[in-house]
Amino acid sequence: MSVLVYANSPEGKLKKSAFEVVSYGKKVAEKLGTHLVALTINADDVSELQKYGAETIVTVKNDQLNIFNAKNYASVIKQVVELKKSQVVIIDSSIDGLYLAPLVSVSLDAGYASNVVELPSSTSPFVVKRKAFSNKAFNNTVISTSNKVIGLAKNSYGIFENPVSAAIESFETISNTDMGVKSTSIDKAVGKVTIADADVVVSGGRGLKGPENWGMVEELADVLGAATACSKPVSDLGWRPHGEHVGQTGKPVATNLYIAIGISGAIQHLAGINASKVKVVINTDPEAPFFKAADYGIVGDAFEVVPQLISKLKDFKVQNS
Amino acid sequence: MKILVCISHVPDTTSKINFTENNTKFDTNGVQFVINPYDEFVLTRAMWFKEQQGATVTVVNVGTPITEPTLRKALAIGADEAIRVNAEPLDGMFVAKEIAEVVKTGGYDLVLAGKESSDYNGQMVPGMVAAMTDYNFVNGCVGVQVEGSDITAIREIDGGSETVATSLPIVIAGQKGIVEESDLRIPNMRGIMMARKKPLNVVESTASENATLSQSFEKPVPKGAVKLVDANNIDELISLLHKEAKVI
Repeated sequence: MSVLVYANSPEGKLKKSAFEVVSYGKKVAEKLGTHLVALTINADDVSELQKYGAETIVTVKNDQLNIFNAKNYASVIKQVVELKKSQVVIIDSSIDGLYLAPLVSVSLDAGYASNVVELPSSTSPFVVKRKAFSNKAFNNTVISTSNKVIGLAKNSYGIFENPVSAAIESFETISNTDMGVKSTSIDKAVGKVTIADADVVVSGGRGLKGPENWGMVEELADVLGAATACSKPVSDLGWRPHGEHVGQTGKPVATNLYIAIGISGAIQHLAGINASKVKVVINTDPEAPFFKAADYGIVGDAFEVVPQLISKLKDFKVQNS
Repeated sequence: MKILVCISHVPDTTSKINFTENNTKFDTNGVQFVINPYDEFVLTRAMWFKEQQGATVTVVNVGTPITEPTLRKALAIGADEAIRVNAEPLDGMFVAKEIAEVVKTGGYDLVLAGKESSDYNGQMVPGMVAAMTDYNFVNGCVGVQVEGSDITAIREIDGGSETVATSLPIVIAGQKGIVEESDLRIPNMRGIMMARKKPLNVVESTASENATLSQSFEKPVPKGAVKLVDANNIDELISLLHKEAKVI
């Protein structure tokens, strides 16, 4: 028996979510009295996974897997699960992780709990806590099948060092040539921090009055190494691209710091961002609902506050570098 | 082209979320139920295929009789017929198995579903249905075109989008972008009148087994009040973010 984590490595690079699932998987394996296997597909350097507790690292290298394909990746995971007799499979909540987890679950006849935020509170029965009702509640879910798939919510458990010396094994997979879905082009902004990867997100709302005023949002994001985002009305008005819309029907945000500028805080917006750890609001209206959801707030005009914040943060960065 | 649109019956976003029976049941008292917002986007896209490409559109829900008004609303928006699988939806695997049976029986070419429902946000059912029926599958879809049996779809990826070529039969889990918010339709009186005469077929559950079960609910620990910082004291905000919140 073992616990298997799929350590996602887009473009060959292991990301924070990979270290988070390994940190989590190590503890789950300890609770079950077994060991942790981490699976990587076409990752350049897997050694860092040892730092977080990966006792066995199975590396798959195959040119046919260079571009993510959910069916193919799910099939690789299934093959490694069978090889390692894994009973618990842990997958991150990246866009690709969420795409393949249901396929893995069906192929293993495994109960699947997504959006899991904590270690299992019990292993017999196997109980996990997951987010429900757009972050307004949690549900304690029993996974009753012998095989189990856990989707770990992003930035929910954290990254913990647990150094081990791993056995690194390469594995030849049988890859499926009839993929059904074939990638024809990828359109990606280069050199920009994405909302999914960012530790900090700076988001603007209708209070900024027009797209011409986004310069200061971008500058603030730049100083903080943050991604930029916006509220739904802003993307509906075409001030900003749809990809920046965060909130219930837009992108979810689960970042360490979320700064909302000129966003009133409609319930749909808050539902999408309230998994963020620390929320700061800057708004002229002290009655704006966002002040009830935020940790820190400034009642003031964004056009005065934000430029000051940028300049003071620049000073702060110089002092702390 | 035969289209099946999966419809979740969910509490309206502004609903108060409370639980009863020792936090084991969702309290539906005073809660208004609606078509899952993610499903509304794909239903609207299905209407386009109906009007432009002569597709037929069936909507399906796995639920008890209380979900019928939600299915009627989908009929009022323009779906041709509805199927309700008469069962308490126990978990994602259960619902997926029931829908997979409907897909196989009806021989649908295109199965559309919202990528998640706004109650459990699980993002489970569409992918499971695809795996159970061996249909192709595109998740997080923000654009889809059908020509004959060829499909071009665009899905959201981190920091951009990917265009894929695939074919029917397929399950597509969509989100905003597959149509725009402004394209969404509110049922008009004629639609509502017509919906009353459209078939809503109740089929019995195939007694699928669930793989998980809900034990209890809990609410997040109430957060403390916001700390207000004076607009002329930005240094204090920076200090709080650095020393107290430790996020910069």
